[in-house]
Amino acid sequence: MTGPGGTDAAEPLAIELRGISKAFGPVQANKDIDIRVRRGTIHGIIGENGAGKSTLMSILYGFYRADAGEILIGGRRVEIADSQAAIDAGIGMVFQHFKLVPNFTVLENVILGAEDGALLRPSLAKARRLLTDLAHEYEMDVDPDAVVEDLGVGQQQRVEILKALYREADILILDEPTGVLTPAEADHLFRILKGLRDQGKTIILITHKLREIMEVTDSVSVMRRGEMTATVSTAETSPEQLAELMVGRKVLLQVDKAPATPGDVILEVRDLHVVDDQGVERLKGISFDIRAGEVLGLAGVAGNGQSELLEVLGGYEKATGTIRMKGRPIDVTGTASDARTRRARGIAHVPEDRQREGLIMDFHAWENVAFGYHHDAMFGRGVLMDQAAMRADCAAKMERFDVRPPDPSLAAKNFSGGNQQKIVLAREIERDPDLLLIGQPTRGVDIGAIEFIHEQIVALRDRGKAILLVSVELDEIMALSDRIAVMFDGRIMGERLASETDQGELGMLMAGMTGAEAAE
Amino acid sequence: MDFADAIQILDSALRLATPLLLACLAGLFSERAGIFDIGLEGKLLASAFFSAAAAFATGSAWIGLAAGIGASCVLALVHGVASITFRGNQLISGVAINFLASGMTVVIGEAWFALGGRTPQLEGPARFGSVDLPFAAALADVPVLGPIYAEILSGHSILVYLALGTVPLTWWILFRTRFGLRLRAVGENPAAVDTAGVSVVGLRYAAVMIAGVLCGIGGVYLATALSAGFVKEMSAGRGFIALAALIFAKWRPWYALGACFLFGLLEALGNRYQNIDIAGFDVPTQFMQALPYILTVVILAGFVGKAIPPRAGGEPYVKER
Repeated sequence: MTGPGGTDAAEPLAIELRGISKAFGPVQANKDIDIRVRRGTIHGIIGENGAGKSTLMSILYGFYRADAGEILIGGRRVEIADSQAAIDAGIGMVFQHFKLVPNFTVLENVILGAEDGALLRPSLAKARRLLTDLAHEYEMDVDPDAVVEDLGVGQQQRVEILKALYREADILILDEPTGVLTPAEADHLFRILKGLRDQGKTIILITHKLREIMEVTDSVSVMRRGEMTATVSTAETSPEQLAELMVGRKVLLQVDKAPATPGDVILEVRDLHVVDDQGVERLKGISFDIRAGEVLGLAGVAGNGQSELLEVLGGYEKATGTIRMKGRPIDVTGTASDARTRRARGIAHVPEDRQREGLIMDFHAWENVAFGYHHDAMFGRGVLMDQAAMRADCAAKMERFDVRPPDPSLAAKNFSGGNQQKIVLAREIERDPDLLLIGQPTRGVDIGAIEFIHEQIVALRDRGKAILLVSVELDEIMALSDRIAVMFDGRIMGERLASETDQGELGMLMAGMTGAEAAE
Repeated sequence: MDFADAIQILDSALRLATPLLLACLAGLFSERAGIFDIGLEGKLLASAFFSAAAAFATGSAWIGLAAGIGASCVLALVHGVASITFRGNQLISGVAINFLASGMTVVIGEAWFALGGRTPQLEGPARFGSVDLPFAAALADVPVLGPIYAEILSGHSILVYLALGTVPLTWWILFRTRFGLRLRAVGENPAAVDTAGVSVVGLRYAAVMIAGVLCGIGGVYLATALSAGFVKEMSAGRGFIALAALIFAKWRPWYALGACFLFGLLEALGNRYQNIDIAGFDVPTQFMQALPYILTVVILAGFVGKAIPPRAGGEPYVKER
């Protein structure tokens, strides 16, 4: 049989999008997008932040209506007006931020919205049977009676997948599914996805990680600035080619750096403990050193104490223990422990969450560039600020850090993620600190800017400064660090030289296995 | 205090707990769905007034009931439109409803009846009279259990039994039905409900309107059963006490019954013992009558353990990706 489009009948399409366009005001989020995904394949969609991937998936799941274009599921044209219509069309979605009710059990979460009748008991019994079958079939063991908030993120994600399968989804869309997973959990997820594919399900994987695309997909579409720039077979492409398609120019994926020449110890941390408001011990005796001219990378799955450590070192969280900066102690417990004294001692901090802690989004760039250093004599005297000096300073820094647009009067929120991060970096690095604390330097930053930020970090190291890099992206840690420490559950599980370790060993440490276990 | 006193106080406590219980369960439905409702007070008051006015005009308590529920539902709808459709601030909407009810009842009351904001005294079938439970008279002489059945449980208005029946019904709806599952989910994580293809707006409106009905019955009880007519500000903070009871009850129906009965008991004690002498110290009347309010403050200040409210409570749902 030959379809009206003259398509190959041997390759039935699970999803076909034709000419999808969507604009938000003057911003064209999706421009005339065409995608064809064959049944029983894993199809990757890759692109930078703001390339329009999420908008496209939201259209598929009925969150937005497309301005133009049509959607075909299994060869039939469908209107997807809301999520219910998407579910009816056989589409299941696993969001980046899970849509689970935290205090419900797994079973309750699975049946929510897909109950069989007005009473719960029969639905729960049916879901229990089905879940047991699915668990066997795809090695997705989840206790049906566990309360979701007690589960780890990997398990919660499985609940999301089970939800979709319970609704008999044939097409599963996963949005950045590995952001919160350890490498081992990610591998397990990929095994599950391959199993689902082999059962004839179609999977769309949205990610910005080239490695995942190469590892698990059969074909891949690349998006750039709202347009679909290419669709290629994964076997016939390379990470370099994909990166070029994403950015529109050649990108250096490897960071170019000479071997480190560590000098004196700059920061000495001993037996640091933090107990939070709920009485939970977040840091359980952290000790490490950082030397001049080296990057210490702190790896770990988000939420294992890295944030608290940065907050303590940055001066806005109290702790017990000792910190010495160039041999002299720093108060971490008492009233002299604050961010301003830290800065005075030569510690600069690029916080993990730049929109909440790094910038005031509604304020001008020049105000943001002065923040934290606004007491400085160059910015005015007494209670008065020298606005002209601040603007001039900001303009100079914007030029050196290639911030676009280079307009000091623009509010921070009007810059892209990468340019916001450059503003924060310019503020902190240009002060020539002895120690730079930098958390998630490239979260939500596009590839072009990542390259620039990485260059800046390496250049600072080469000027003999000490750098503490915290990132949940293991690739980034591996690329930039000279030494790598891995945090798990408030402890440092082990320290390795970057040149003498690999993803596998670090992944074991991130999962909480000790050095001896990881070595086996 | 002898046995007869105790029976009388408990009997009175049950009467006084009834409007609290209805308002508390109203709040439970609303807040479990993620809509804070500090307008319970205003809804009680508006319902009390319109039920008294309608009962007086028609001579039928049942028409009064319908009018009271209607008035309360109109205010509930206002709250729904403001906080669900227009995603306004739920506390401000609630405060506005309380002010509206407080002023409107007096102004309209004065215009209609010219009795300084009161309605005329309700008599006969314009009030909900007491209902004797079966065999109440026959069992009255059984020691201990007899008086408990005949005096405490029997002889209340039908609305008291309705309120008591609402407790297991609420529990059953919340924890045994599809609607209850979705209602609880929408108060915890509306995005989960939305992505499951169920309307967040529809569920929340349903919850707010159920609150309107229950609160309406509470107000009707105040004006046509507990009292015989409407008096200015007769809700006397019961809507707020019901909210305190709701927190005390950790948003659970059976606990709500216990919490409301405790408040009713304190009020009954305050009414019964105007002057009480503890070890030679004369406790003033005002203190006794303030007991329920003091407990409210204690509960709201968090002295009785941490209560975890529904997580999405108070936040308008905005679809986002």
